[in-house]
Amino acid sequence: MAGHESHPTAPPKPRATPEEMRERKRLSRQRVSDDSEFITVSMGPQHPSTHGVYQAVVDLDGEIVVNTRPNIGNLHRGVEKLAEVKSYHRFLPLTDRLDYISSFAMNHAYAEAVEKLMDIEVPRRARYIRTIGDELCRLSNHLLWLGVHVMDFGAQTFFLICFRDREYVMDLWEMLCGARLTHSYARIGGVAADLPDGWVEKCRAAMEFMPRRLAEYQRLVEKNRIFLKRTVGIGIFTREDCVAWRVTGPSLRATGMERDLRKTEPYAAYDEVDFDVAVEYDADVYSRYLVRMKEMYESCRIILQCLDQLPEGDYINQDAPSQTFPRKKQVMRDSAAMVQDFMQTFRGPKVPKGEVYKAIEVPKGEMGVYIVSDGSSIPQRLHLVTPTFYHCQATPALFEGEMISDVVGIFGSVDIVLGDSDR
Amino acid sequence: MTEFIILIIKLVLIIAVAVGMVPFLIFFERKFAGFFQSRMGPTYAGPWGSLQSFGDMAKLMSKEDLVPAAADGPVFRIAPYILFVPAFVSMTLIPFGPMDVDIFGYNVDLVVSSFDAGVIMFLALGSLAVYGPVLGGWASNNNWALLGALRSGAQMVSYEISMGLAVVGVIVMANTLNFVDIVDAQAGGFWNWFFIPQLVGFVIFFVASIAELNRDPFNLAEAEQELVAGYMTEYSGMRWGIFMFGEYVNMVVMSAVISTIFLGGWRAPFEFLDVIPGFIWLVSKMLFFIFLYMWIRWTLPRYRYNQLMDIGWKIFLPLAIANLAVTALIISVV
Repeated sequence: MAGHESHPTAPPKPRATPEEMRERKRLSRQRVSDDSEFITVSMGPQHPSTHGVYQAVVDLDGEIVVNTRPNIGNLHRGVEKLAEVKSYHRFLPLTDRLDYISSFAMNHAYAEAVEKLMDIEVPRRARYIRTIGDELCRLSNHLLWLGVHVMDFGAQTFFLICFRDREYVMDLWEMLCGARLTHSYARIGGVAADLPDGWVEKCRAAMEFMPRRLAEYQRLVEKNRIFLKRTVGIGIFTREDCVAWRVTGPSLRATGMERDLRKTEPYAAYDEVDFDVAVEYDADVYSRYLVRMKEMYESCRIILQCLDQLPEGDYINQDAPSQTFPRKKQVMRDSAAMVQDFMQTFRGPKVPKGEVYKAIEVPKGEMGVYIVSDGSSIPQRLHLVTPTFYHCQATPALFEGEMISDVVGIFGSVDIVLGDSDR
Repeated sequence: MTEFIILIIKLVLIIAVAVGMVPFLIFFERKFAGFFQSRMGPTYAGPWGSLQSFGDMAKLMSKEDLVPAAADGPVFRIAPYILFVPAFVSMTLIPFGPMDVDIFGYNVDLVVSSFDAGVIMFLALGSLAVYGPVLGGWASNNNWALLGALRSGAQMVSYEISMGLAVVGVIVMANTLNFVDIVDAQAGGFWNWFFIPQLVGFVIFFVASIAELNRDPFNLAEAEQELVAGYMTEYSGMRWGIFMFGEYVNMVVMSAVISTIFLGGWRAPFEFLDVIPGFIWLVSKMLFFIFLYMWIRWTLPRYRYNQLMDIGWKIFLPLAIANLAVTALIISVV
């Protein structure tokens, strides 16, 4: 079984130790003079670079941020409360609207948690399809992130270049489930439908083509002196800071911590494919960029491996008729399947009593779902532990002592989407 | 009396050129942006979308002229004009062709004013243009606008110094401050143009002009991703339009000045090409620089504020002074 080896290449020597990083951060904060009057500006909720309706009221000393008061909730939709009035199946489409950039990963996190609660098996083919879906999400999320991140520094063309290539991933999704953004493709016990004819070939072609494009991006970005000047050594957020503020995902891995739930707590088919956890050691904006760039290459690798190893079999569990949907094709032919479909739709699944927490690695960090069940087909309480919420709460620590121009880049580099944070 | 009428005609023509180019420059900018970004750009209004700018203008004019309640009304209203009136005045200094041309029996100099302190006048007018963004940002009574105005003021003032010193090399070589004489000093083919001996000055002047024009990678004053819209945050409708208009007029003037100082102005690259009117040469050189500005804008990310200042004061200023010293030395020895 591949996948459990440590990082194949020896990690490069960090350019700065965590202590040195903390010292640099402390010095950068000292630039703020004590006895000056501050300008207060409201970044957001309609600021072009807060990537949604996030608001940060910042006090500026000249160009340097002194205080930050983050404010979230402008996109609050009461998703967790809605979960308490919907059956487990019916809540799944709402998870699309959390992180709408990578909605299948959200579906997946929720489905994994419910499956753990019900203790049902996912067929091997479905696990592979889910792995492919997760990595497609990671690819499209990171492509969008990259474009927007570079645009935060003022280069507007790069944004559209990234969008152009994100289309390939979007087309794959469209072919797979009909939707481009809000997929709702996972189901409890599997996925909604099997891979359509010709999808595997199309996906393989796209994944073999994508690394060439990624190399082109690297040339465009990493050889740009202005970009390097704006990112290297900027926005240092140490491992201790990350742990203290629960910043996860690429930002954590950019501090040299090899924490990736795909490796440490494998789910879906991640223990059956070979991939490396992307790690960088400098904890600055540039390291976060490098981590995501590496992850995109790894995603292509994982998807290609999954396509090669794709097993035959069911795409949704057929052994638990009181908890999962039947195959859609059977519904109109088989009366038992029809009854099962009807019962699942209108009454919901049978769920044991208990509580469960399950986290998976979504593109933006660790996404956990906590469910308390009282034995009915509706959750008694459902809590979503979303990465962006924690990234937003860390903004004062990220911003203070930095220049207003850098704040935009730093905020972009931790990667947020407000649907995820406000729920 | 005829002289006065000729002067009026020339003025009208100059303003018509500067103003008339702007809608097409905006169209080019959008079209180029489209090409760089693998999309179409405007396509619907007119052939290839070439009338898009006129549609935009109609839209902006039909909008409400909104002055925020907390703004300083008169200053807020007048600030956009301060940006582009100096640009028009600078345009009168640029020669469009030879002196003493016989047109319909009249002796016409193809320049509005052959002013002996032309270069100084141009730099002084450039300094005046700073007041547009600064006053507009200050009068808006908005913190984003204020930050943008401060950045714009500091940036334009610091780059003016390098810009001024970069021209002095040419002044030393041509031994005149008059644009007409500077062009005459470059007569005889492109190997006589000043951009060859004054390559350093040319590069400094060009980069500083990007900073003066507030364009990417130096567009910190209106840095969209940081300051929303900088000093233009509170402007809307046609006043905003006039700011944009002013920026494009400034671009026209700046490219005309660079062409005149470093690229021989209206003169052709080879003498046998003199049959083509000088006016066409000047405009094509201007379009070349305008294309460069657009290309750079749609390619590069933006510098940070303090990095911009570092470049201005720590690299360009010493370089410009060194260039001037070397030029002066060579001129005095040879």
